Amino acid sequence: MGGWLGRQRWLLRMGAGWLAAPMERHGRAAATSASSAREPVPGGPDGRRREPLRRRANSASAPAVGASAEGVRRDRPGSYSGATSASRQRVESLRKKRPLFPWFGLDIGGTLVKLVYFEPKDITAEEEEEEVESLKSIRKYLTSNVAYGSTGIRDVHLELKDLTLCGRKGNLHFIRFPTHDMPAFIQMGRDKNFSSLHTVFCATGGGAYKFEQDFLTIGDLQLCKLDELDCLIKGILYIDSVGFNGRSQCYYFENPADSEKCQKLPFDLKNPYPLLLVNIGSGVSILAVYSKDNYKRVTGTSLGGGTFFGLCCLLTGCTTFEEALEMASRGDSTKVDKLVRDIYGGDYERFGLPGWAVASSFGNMMSKEKREAVSKEDLARATLITITNNIGSIARMCALNENINQVVFVGNFLRINTIAMRLLAYALDYWSKGQLKALFSEHEGYFGAVGALLELLKIP
Amino acid sequence: MAECGASGSGSSGDSLDKSITLPPDEIFRNLENAKRFAIDIGGSLTKLAYYSTVQHKVAKVRSFDYSGKDTEQDHEPPYEISVQEEVTARLHFVKFENTYIEACLDFIKDHLVNTETKVIQATGGGAYKFKDLIEEKLQLKVDKEDVMTCLIKGCNFVLKNIPHEAFVYQKDSDPEFRFQTNHPNIFPYLLVNIGSGVSIVKVETEDRFEWIGGSSIGGGTFWGLGALLTKTKKFDELLQLASRGQHTNVDMLVQDIYGGAHETLGLSGNLIASSFGKSATADQEFSKEDMAKSLLHMISNDIGQLACLYARLHCLDRVYFGGFFIRGHPVTMRTITYSINFFSKGEVQALFLRHEGYLGAIGAFLKGAEQDNPNQYSWGENYAGSSGLMSSSPELCPTQRARSGTFDLLEMDRLERPLVNLPLLLDPSSYVPDTVDLTDDALARKYWLTCFEEALDGVVKRAVASQPGSVDAAERAEKFRQKYWNKLQTLRHQPFAYGTLTVRSLLDTREHCLNEFNFPDPYSKSRPGEASSPRSPGQPVSSINCGSIAGSMVTTSAEQSRGSDEQLVKQKDNGVALKCFQRVVSALDALDWEERQLALVKGLLAGNVFDWGAKAVSDVLESDPQFGFEEAKKKLQERPWLVDSYSKWLQRLKGPPHKCALIFADNSGVDVILGVFPFVRELLSRGTEVILACNSGPALNDVTYSESLIVAERIAAMDPVIHSALREERLLLVQTGSSSPCLDLSRLDKGLAVLVRERGADLVVIEGMGRAVHTNYHAALCCESLKLAVIKNSWLAERLGGQLFSVIFKYEVPAE
Repeated sequence: MGGWLGRQRWLLRMGAGWLAAPMERHGRAAATSASSAREPVPGGPDGRRREPLRRRANSASAPAVGASAEGVRRDRPGSYSGATSASRQRVESLRKKRPLFPWFGLDIGGTLVKLVYFEPKDITAEEEEEEVESLKSIRKYLTSNVAYGSTGIRDVHLELKDLTLCGRKGNLHFIRFPTHDMPAFIQMGRDKNFSSLHTVFCATGGGAYKFEQDFLTIGDLQLCKLDELDCLIKGILYIDSVGFNGRSQCYYFENPADSEKCQKLPFDLKNPYPLLLVNIGSGVSILAVYSKDNYKRVTGTSLGGGTFFGLCCLLTGCTTFEEALEMASRGDSTKVDKLVRDIYGGDYERFGLPGWAVASSFGNMMSKEKREAVSKEDLARATLITITNNIGSIARMCALNENINQVVFVGNFLRINTIAMRLLAYALDYWSKGQLKALFSEHEGYFGAVGALLELLKIP
Repeated sequence: MAECGASGSGSSGDSLDKSITLPPDEIFRNLENAKRFAIDIGGSLTKLAYYSTVQHKVAKVRSFDYSGKDTEQDHEPPYEISVQEEVTARLHFVKFENTYIEACLDFIKDHLVNTETKVIQATGGGAYKFKDLIEEKLQLKVDKEDVMTCLIKGCNFVLKNIPHEAFVYQKDSDPEFRFQTNHPNIFPYLLVNIGSGVSIVKVETEDRFEWIGGSSIGGGTFWGLGALLTKTKKFDELLQLASRGQHTNVDMLVQDIYGGAHETLGLSGNLIASSFGKSATADQEFSKEDMAKSLLHMISNDIGQLACLYARLHCLDRVYFGGFFIRGHPVTMRTITYSINFFSKGEVQALFLRHEGYLGAIGAFLKGAEQDNPNQYSWGENYAGSSGLMSSSPELCPTQRARSGTFDLLEMDRLERPLVNLPLLLDPSSYVPDTVDLTDDALARKYWLTCFEEALDGVVKRAVASQPGSVDAAERAEKFRQKYWNKLQTLRHQPFAYGTLTVRSLLDTREHCLNEFNFPDPYSKSRPGEASSPRSPGQPVSSINCGSIAGSMVTTSAEQSRGSDEQLVKQKDNGVALKCFQRVVSALDALDWEERQLALVKGLLAGNVFDWGAKAVSDVLESDPQFGFEEAKKKLQERPWLVDSYSKWLQRLKGPPHKCALIFADNSGVDVILGVFPFVRELLSRGTEVILACNSGPALNDVTYSESLIVAERIAAMDPVIHSALREERLLLVQTGSSSPCLDLSRLDKGLAVLVRERGADLVVIEGMGRAVHTNYHAALCCESLKLAVIKNSWLAERLGGQLFSVIFKYEVPAE
């Protein structure tokens, strides 16, 4: 079963993609030919100025988000082919200015597509009877499976039960699949005749732009593109407010450095502002959030989850994120890294540096003998430690510069990645002398998609 | 005997051939007299610093004990010259690969004759590893010094003492390096040292600095991870790979995520969204080059980002980068600069240091030499003993690159008196002495380099001729030729190799090279006419162009203690000019006030024509030995001059007198005696005090401080105005601290600066091409200034839109 970042070669071998639809290579050529002689620029996936983008995003999303369902229809006059116009559900929806089912939120990132799906549980018998076949089949398909094709995964443990959204009760499902399977997903939309549902696909992430044309031409689907940072923040605030099936959404680590005493404890984010939000996907974006609608992107770094996994693939030959993490859990990074004590024989007191601190990531690998003596597990561990420490360090500096002491780390890099989370928690606490607190959230990678869904439902 | 370093290493170079051959004239000079050692052992390079004394001969000018009558005798020089041995201190640095450490230590042991030291200061990561070896080989106790303390000490030292030490990297410009003028206040700054890891240090004062942060992603990461990814073992090879790679094949860019939409979104599509992001999602092999490039960007960007975050937190805008990751590698300077500009939006400046590789060694040395108070002195880079930066394109100068990777040098001379800024500079931080930056001006660069090249034969001949009694003069002169020629060739390919390239630096480099081979003054024994003979007719003329530098007071051969048996040019000039002084002054006094003011200015200018350095002038002098002061005046361009603010000056003279004038004199002989002194006399008569500043050491036929004392004394004997002014200290003679025909107002003798402040100088007069045109033409002062010169170089005259003997008279009053 493919996991996060399932590798292409593996997929090809299996001959299966999303929903077993034929694999379609997409976008690769465009991406690789994009190399230019120009100087490369560092930055996160959205390293750009905020203002123009926000303006643009608002206008782009106006038809679906700013207007009513009628507005949506008005904007897509040609696509309304008038099937069961007498449908009660539809009338009801229109009356309540509620979008038609199905309710999706989509976040198409550089590596992973995150999909949230709201499954209504309050469907009346009448409603069910009138439910069009394609809608029913989607609902049944998504809710009765935990894996889709070879790479689609439903994170069952994250499912939010008995949620009320726009007056409807239901469960929220969290699904992910690799971005390179996006063409297959669009193809499925076409095969399942999504366009006849007159639904609106609210999508965020860079892929919303990249795949917009394919959605339209292949799937006859109009994407409503949304700003990813807006969605991210909306999603986080919403999810935190609904909790996690009665439990706390937000948590932190007590004694993160001590394997025996380390405890994951709930954190009540009752005073969320100001907040430093560190979103670790393929790359990293760091936002300073001052209120619900007042935030800025502080900076970003290209050393993110994609770097960890990319380097692990090159160094160890691993093929999945899970495999990389599993190797890392068995490795010893001190064989790879040069520590302060390796240079100074102990602490470097002049600068107050503890002997255990890493002086040079991969520093021992300058020596041929040591290169020959390390295992793949050690290398995976060192890669994980390197990337994590660096993110922690940049986040800490941003927190200092912005004068914020709560730092929330989100993004799929942290999925099943306790090593990284504990390290972030420890590093932040240690280097800030207890001034900064690292916080985490159960639905780490899905906030953008949730935000997109909220935009669909116009939930503020 | 001063050649000891060369001969010493030459004789025993054989013993080293088991691993290396040490270039005998280049490496470990003056080791015999080494007094103190420091060593900085890095990951791959060792830097050795030693302090030794260099003996050389200097001329002492002494006035004859004369009665008034003696001066009337013809052909009697006004003073005598004696040669004395002088010992000066010099810092030597040698950089070599760690592989050679044993051979080098053996060599040092064999040559350590006169040292009394028992310890060697050691710093750097390797100090620990090689401690036993050093102690065993050298029989010196290793004293370990803190790496960062040494680094900061060294950094402060070079920033204060070496002009054009710091530079910025500029993409797409030629040359890529832009050197910074030394800021009078170097603190506070951020030093980002990229060794195997990264240390970020905030330096607040000479002794106060703080480690404010760091990162483990540094040079060791590039090297270690690079070695794993590419199977390439050497750091330099990894950089080579990186410079050929395409990171976009490995990195996930914004455009890979957004597709073509980034353009309509106003996003920069080539932003790296995720370093190595493509190696996670694609099933393909990646080239070593591409991976190395991606790694380089990843690390450079990360360091740049952290540096910006720290700079912002501490409100600093100057960040110096050092460490082996940077060390002269253009590719890393490029990526770091790019990153800093990107993350700081141009608010933080990434600066690099020419002698960055030596900081630790310098610092360790200074640590060990604290009882000698090294900070009390000023130090000057010795151009003869300094290595250039590595070429930005290794293909350009492969031999040189290979060489500097193996051995590298830096020498610094201790100047006995501290040098400081002229307090009258309008803005010391933006003052640039040199008028033309030859690194920028390709046309001028070509002209001057050719000019110096063509003059080299003549200089070599004169050098040999100046030491008839020396058996090895020809051999040494040839070595000088080679060395200077090589430097000129290096400069043709890398104009930035020694900092900003200027006419001044070319000249100073030649002087340093001559001194290096024990030719402190090759022109003392020959007549100017002889000098110009070997030159080709088409050779351009310049005031500094070597061929005919009039003799300074120095004689160089040991057997000679007096220069009087040869008619030394300056001596003779001064003697002749002194005889004319009274006549000139009487003639001036006979003029009415307004006529006299113009005559005085013309006198200054005419005197300036008496420059034996310029071939056009020496030709005139040779063809007409009676060429006199009045005739020189006739040569001058008629008013209006090329630059002419005389009317404004005259108007000013009708106003109240200046409080105190600081005058920088140029040439010896007619210039100072018949040009400057009458001008000084007029100022004194007006009630203006005068500080007359002359060079501390000889350069061309420039008047030296010691000479000026005698000249003043002789004039005082004839002239009551000068006499009383000297007695009452209204006329003060000072030394500039320099031995250059040019003038750097940011490095002047501290005594001069103190005096200028005490007396409240409100007028600065700078005369001569070297001081007022090649340098200081654009210098902005906070008081009135007068810059005057006669253009005695037809190329330069043409360039300025004038002709040979065009006159520059630039009188400036600061705004408000």
